[in-house]
Amino acid sequence: MKENTKIKTVTSQPKQHPISMYLKVWLLLFVLSACSYMVDYFQFQGVLRWTLILVFMLLKAGLIIMVFMHLAWERTAVKLLLFLPPIAILIFIALMSSEADYVFIGRIISFFNP
Amino acid sequence: MPNDDHKKDHETNNTSSWQSVANDWNADKQSFDMPWGKLMMWIFLLSDTFIFSIFLTSYMSVRMTVTAVWPNPSEVFALTIAGHHIPLVLIAIMTFILITSSGTMAMAVNYAYQGNKQKTVYLMLATALLGASFIGMQAFEWTKLIVEEGIRPWGNPMGANQFGAAFFMITGFHGLHVSAGVIYLTVIAKRVYQGKYDQKGYHIVEITGLYWHFVDLVWVFIFAFFYLW
Repeated sequence: MKENTKIKTVTSQPKQHPISMYLKVWLLLFVLSACSYMVDYFQFQGVLRWTLILVFMLLKAGLIIMVFMHLAWERTAVKLLLFLPPIAILIFIALMSSEADYVFIGRIISFFNP
Repeated sequence: MPNDDHKKDHETNNTSSWQSVANDWNADKQSFDMPWGKLMMWIFLLSDTFIFSIFLTSYMSVRMTVTAVWPNPSEVFALTIAGHHIPLVLIAIMTFILITSSGTMAMAVNYAYQGNKQKTVYLMLATALLGASFIGMQAFEWTKLIVEEGIRPWGNPMGANQFGAAFFMITGFHGLHVSAGVIYLTVIAKRVYQGKYDQKGYHIVEITGLYWHFVDLVWVFIFAFFYLW
């Protein structure tokens, strides 16, 4: 039981990592941000632009959530708590984009075809 | 504190993560093995995710449905520095500042758990300072757009009227989060300095960190969808 009293202050803390890991991730985020800025700077257009923007965005978001917010070292129950509900958001985005297409077509027809 | 003997057994046996989920939910104990403040922060951030997603989704709907030309953000947010016309330069600097502040925050959390109070306080204050400079740049950006470019929530000289509404709503709400974060960080740094968490443990620094990283995370999405798209 002596062990148990220690647990509260010592072992219930999350696993610790060396500072160098944070510096590496920081550098990586810098590079990725620079890359996404370059997408605009060099004026990539069309599908290439959108793909690059999304790829860099997801990589940065992933690094921040997983490393800086320590989600990579949380238990699966916590990951599910955080990743399952946003599926509703993805469904909502899909619904709204199909709705927006419909509205756009409606506007084109009624605004420009009197 | 929950009894996590069963957990340790499983972890040493390297059981599947699904088994760990079943254990967490079935055992006669709290399901999430973390301080309640941290769990509450996660749940708050989840709800905040929904709020920002709804803003960004409404922006998507508006941008997809307008028949007028959407102003080119690359041009709207360009600055002329020393005679050079650089697109999006202020936004890029703001992005780097926010990422740097996330880095200092992550290190503050690390030092807090190591028990290095002085470094924790310094790094948290550095984070708050970087956050404050972000807000300063945003105030500069807003002033330039409103005064010089004539952008209003109901219209602007460059194109689709909805541009201003989406811009002020999304970046304004994010700016409020940054401002709240700066205050939050300062208060917690002061309390850490005063030694209020010496007995309780430094989970609070990690909880504050979660909030701050979330603010950075939201900016990643705003940067991609509003400024770059």
